[in-house]
Amino acid sequence: MQQLIPAITLEVAVLILGLLMLFAEAFSKRADRSHMAGYAIAVLLALIGYSFFTQSAPTELTGYWKFYAADATSLFFKRIALGTTVVVLVMAREYRHVLQKYIPGTEAGRGTGEFYCLPVFICAGLMFMASAVDFILIFVALELVTIGFYVLVAYMRRHTQSLEAGVKYLILGALSTGFLVYGITWIFGLTGQTNLIAVKVALMNGFGAPSASGAHEYGALIGNEGALLFGIMLIMIALGFKIAAAPFQLWVPDVYQGAPTPVTAFLSVGSKAAGFIVLVRVLDVFLAVPAVQGKVVALLVVLAVLTLLYGNLAAMPQDNLKRLFAYSSIAHAGYLLIACATLGTQPALAKEAISFYLAGYLVMTLLSFLILIIVARHSRGDEIHHFNGLGKRSPFLAAGMTLAIASLAGIPLTAGFLGKFLIFKTAVAAGQWTLIGIGIIGVAAGFYYYFKVLAAMYWREPGDATAIRISSLARASVVVLSVSIIILGIWPKPILDQLKDAPAAPGHLANH
Amino acid sequence: MTVLNFIVLLPILNALAIAFGAPARKSALLSAWTQLILTLFAIAGYNTAKGGYQFGSTWQVAPDWGIAFTLGADGLSLVMLLLTAVVTLAAVWATPRIEKRENLFFVCVLLISAGAAGAFASVDLFFFYAFHELALIPTFLLIGIWGHGERQVAAWKTTIYLAVGSIILLVGIAKLYLAFPVEARTFDLTVMQANRALIPADAQAGIYIWLLIGFGILISLFPFHSWAPLAYASAPTPAAMLHAGVLKKFGLYGLIRVALPLLPEGAKAWANLLLVLLVCNILYIGLVTIAQKRLDWMLGYSSVMHMGYAFLGIAAANVVGVTGAALLMLAHGLSIAALFAMCGHLRQTTPSLAFTSMGGLAKRAPFLGYAFGMAAFASIGLPGFANFASELMVFFGAWKTGGATLNFGPVQIATICALWGVVISAVYMLRAYRQMFQGEPHDNTAAVTDPACCTRWAVLILLAALLVGGLWPKSYVNFIQPSVEALFAK
Repeated sequence: MQQLIPAITLEVAVLILGLLMLFAEAFSKRADRSHMAGYAIAVLLALIGYSFFTQSAPTELTGYWKFYAADATSLFFKRIALGTTVVVLVMAREYRHVLQKYIPGTEAGRGTGEFYCLPVFICAGLMFMASAVDFILIFVALELVTIGFYVLVAYMRRHTQSLEAGVKYLILGALSTGFLVYGITWIFGLTGQTNLIAVKVALMNGFGAPSASGAHEYGALIGNEGALLFGIMLIMIALGFKIAAAPFQLWVPDVYQGAPTPVTAFLSVGSKAAGFIVLVRVLDVFLAVPAVQGKVVALLVVLAVLTLLYGNLAAMPQDNLKRLFAYSSIAHAGYLLIACATLGTQPALAKEAISFYLAGYLVMTLLSFLILIIVARHSRGDEIHHFNGLGKRSPFLAAGMTLAIASLAGIPLTAGFLGKFLIFKTAVAAGQWTLIGIGIIGVAAGFYYYFKVLAAMYWREPGDATAIRISSLARASVVVLSVSIIILGIWPKPILDQLKDAPAAPGHLANH
Repeated sequence: MTVLNFIVLLPILNALAIAFGAPARKSALLSAWTQLILTLFAIAGYNTAKGGYQFGSTWQVAPDWGIAFTLGADGLSLVMLLLTAVVTLAAVWATPRIEKRENLFFVCVLLISAGAAGAFASVDLFFFYAFHELALIPTFLLIGIWGHGERQVAAWKTTIYLAVGSIILLVGIAKLYLAFPVEARTFDLTVMQANRALIPADAQAGIYIWLLIGFGILISLFPFHSWAPLAYASAPTPAAMLHAGVLKKFGLYGLIRVALPLLPEGAKAWANLLLVLLVCNILYIGLVTIAQKRLDWMLGYSSVMHMGYAFLGIAAANVVGVTGAALLMLAHGLSIAALFAMCGHLRQTTPSLAFTSMGGLAKRAPFLGYAFGMAAFASIGLPGFANFASELMVFFGAWKTGGATLNFGPVQIATICALWGVVISAVYMLRAYRQMFQGEPHDNTAAVTDPACCTRWAVLILLAALLVGGLWPKSYVNFIQPSVEALFAK
């Protein structure tokens, strides 16, 4: 294969972009910073194109780059991170009028520069995370993302809800970080390694049968299953916070509702995707150890059942759309956890399902939040009744929202359906009938709460019949996202091709 | 591109055009006419001597999973496509004036029709399923915006029921797909049919029950039927016509096309359960139908009841019975659509659809008197209409199960029970007819006149198709039977 540009240049480029934006924020003469978002969008779009020329190489076991994987899956997730950031910046631009009200200062647009700049740094963090195959890099990347979010969630300094959300997120985020580090130390203490591949080898040997040759690492860890499980549990708790799995979801509704809406969208997509990438990578290690595999799967099943039930059932009575999406995002984490629970028995199917589900989740969530931002700005509120009669006020936005809702609920010919189909398929293949039963209840509940939005848009009369004006950038984004929902739903081949010849598991070398 | 692509895609494109502001009623009518003419072309161009799927076209969607957008039609699909086209035309034609958001209304109607046509023309199981779901949101909107009575309750209940049915069906489809060995996994029904010996016999029962319940909810199999009468009573006329007439047949079509031929052992394992449920459909729901006091509810329940006969044909699991079931799908679809069209006209002109507040309508509206009478006779299953021919085939087929020798088993008992259904339908239909059309004219019906020309044509075209099937059943059976024989071929 010809030598292409190494994938790490993508992260470097994003970081440089973020630094340049910081300079621009500090020295720019213009008070209104929204032009910064425009430049950043252009650069990030160019980087998505550029990513197709970067190298997709198998992971190295040794050397300086052993903490960094550049396989097809990680490249795919880098593109997801870039695409998400682009849409979030579009949203941030739409949101600037709301933002201004809650920022101290008299001049229009002053003090909003970081609101466009921090998402770029978070994007870099997400991209590093997509490639991280070492606990240290995972931790650092996760912190880059989380710290960026601490600032963004509380960005509206004069809005008490935003501040409250910021404090909640900060405290629980710090707590989960603590769990993660503590869990990593336990694993490190057992294996003496932080690299996932090396950890996997050490665990498999350590819990394997003692060899005749007397090599001391074989069977050395037998009897330490409890210590390993404790470490695994701590790491799972930390990741549970990130992906918003029950019972670690308590922060989600308040933070989602209080944070500026573009940040909510970013949290629900970016943070979740990152959490699942890491989860898949670490599960690949933990599930390879026969001594604990059954217990880890049981833990995942419990998490999935709780998350599905809590997310779907608690979403039903919600009247605030942002809050509803918060619960629905918990529910989607539940569906993804179904696939995670099958990673042990059906690794190929499950990874495909998770990747595809996340790609679909990205487009449909971003589309719904983008429309939410536009409508909320014109209706001055984000309750469901603010969507009343949207079908009359703006057929364009209503159609877009209908598509997003159809996809979120899982109606065929949309991206969301195909994702759900793949998840259920893996669950059937793995014989996880409990999860399938709970999943069916969840889907039925989902139809109820998602269709509440449809009912508001089409059944009810508008309270305020003024037409809604949409900027051309937002209009273009709505069109692009809507079209991608349908294309992903009826023609998944491009996505599948991107995931192909992926050395799917970071640990595939460990078998040699 | 074959004629099937146009039949499936034209309504969708038309719906898009209407969404972007094309004149709604005219475009919808044009689309329905084109769909009917194209379907007739396809029927005329179908080579009966050759048989099998024709007009095939394939577009690879996800080769790794064996999903392709494959269209194709055999005799059975063509008959179902004809049903779709005729009922769509009648539904659009019989649509009363829409006061609010006419464009959205016709977009929804056309999408339902496109979904049904797409499902019947799909050879790929994945798209077969996906097309049916295309109707879910339009149904929700049609009932919720333009419905009558408790329309919001009806819209929610229908949506949740159909969604749950679909997801159960989806699990069943996934099970079926995974039952094949890895290298033979595909969603292409023709390949599945050819490879069906690869499905382990002991796994079939576990797959079949998911399909039966999934499809059963969509067909309103007892005890999953309670959404259907409510939905039909509340839905606007064209939606009720399309749903009861066409969309519900998707489930039966699926059982005949997928469950029965691919999982014969599974069908055997659950045969007794199905027999009990279908007898409940016929006798219990039949008695419930007799108890109804309003025309729309009575029609809704009668439509649930008649599904029992179709299930009986499927439970018979032989060529005669299944052919009868397929013909019954067509006959029931046409007759219930005609009845709902006339019910919609009465709803427009009378303050109440209660039987006690109507009477002597035949004097005020002679056309309605004749047409309703014919449709009611068809629905009972009197000779001369396709319903008679199909029910006869179903009963013969069911009686004959178990071989040539005189055999008396569960199917025969169910058949005897089902025969009483004919009496029950005669009771409720004739009683309704007497109360509505005969006797002294009621004051409430002062405003009733014969329907406008469009609605009359709509009803006539449905009745004509029924009469063809009754007087010359071979016209349809010649298409259906070879396809059914192919499904059962060893």
